[in-house]
Amino acid sequence: MNFSVLQFPASNCDQDAVHAVRLLGHSARLVWHKDASLGDTDCVIVPGGFSYGDYLRCGAIARFSPVMQAVKQFADNGGVVLGVCNGFQVLTEAGLLPGALIRNRDLQFHCENIFLKTATNDSAFTSKIPAGKILRVPIAHGEGCYFADEETLAKLKANNQILWQYCDAGGNLTDSANPNGALQNIAGVCNEKRNVAGLMPHPERACEPLLGSDDGKWIFESIFAALKNKTAAAAA
Amino acid sequence: MKAKIIITPKKAVLDPQGKTVQTALEHMGYTGVTGVHIGKYIEIDLAPGTDKAAASKALNDAAFKLLSNPVIEDYKLEIE
Repeated sequence: MNFSVLQFPASNCDQDAVHAVRLLGHSARLVWHKDASLGDTDCVIVPGGFSYGDYLRCGAIARFSPVMQAVKQFADNGGVVLGVCNGFQVLTEAGLLPGALIRNRDLQFHCENIFLKTATNDSAFTSKIPAGKILRVPIAHGEGCYFADEETLAKLKANNQILWQYCDAGGNLTDSANPNGALQNIAGVCNEKRNVAGLMPHPERACEPLLGSDDGKWIFESIFAALKNKTAAAAA
Repeated sequence: MKAKIIITPKKAVLDPQGKTVQTALEHMGYTGVTGVHIGKYIEIDLAPGTDKAAASKALNDAAFKLLSNPVIEDYKLEIE
C-alpha cells in the first residue's frame, strides 16, 4: 500500500509516520504542502507538528494549502485519511471531521504516555485492535481538548463516530485519566462516512518495543486491512 | 480605513484562560467579576476609499472561513 504523509512548514511527526508505515511493511512518501496532487495514494496521513507555526489557530492556515484541496477531494471520493495530533486539528478546521480542539483545560502542554480505550471496532482505523485491548500511546499537545456542541455530540454517538477515549490502565473512563479535559474523554473520532479519522495521541510513535510500546501498530494494521479489502473489492 | 474584528470563545466552550484570569482577579481583591472571556483582536488595514459595504461582505466571509472558527468562536466586525 502507498501512504502519502503530508509535510507542512513545522510538521514534526512526518518522518515518524513514514518510519512507522515502512517498519510495518508498506511504502510511504512525503507530499509537500504546495503540491496540488497526491499522486498514486491509498491512504493519506496528516501528521503531527505545528503547521504554519500554529498561527491564528492550530491547523487554521494549513487547511487552505494546495495539498489540502487534494486531500478533500481524495476524502470525498472515499479515500482513507488519518490525522494525528496537529493533523487532527487540521482535519477539523478543514471541516473533514466534526468538532474542534481547544486549549488543554489546565493550560499545560502534556507530553506523556496515556491509555486509550477503543470505543468501536467498526471502522477502517480500529477493526484489528484486539477486543478489550487498552492501547498505551504517547500524547504531546497543548491544544487537544476535544469540543463539539450538543447536537454534534449526539450525532457522533448515534453514528458510532467516537473511536477512542482516554482511560486509566484498567480501561475506566475517569476524569483523572483525561489529560486535556476533552468532552467525554474523546481522543479520536471519525466522519460519518467512516473513511476519515483523527486522534490526538501518536500511534506512529508507538509501533516498536524499542520505543516503549508497540500498541500503535494496531491502528495501522486496521488501516492496512481496510485498504486490502478495498483493493480486493475494486478488483472483483 | 481599518477593520476591527473581535473574536471570543462561544459561551458553551470551556475557556480555561478566562477562568484562570477570573480567579486571579478575585485573589487580587477585584470584586463583582462574574466572568472573563479571552479571545483575539485582529486589525486589518484597508486601502483608503474602500467601499464599506463590499468590504464588510468580504470580511464577514473571511471571518467565517479563516479568522474565526464558528464551531468554537463568535466574532464581531467593525469597519471605520
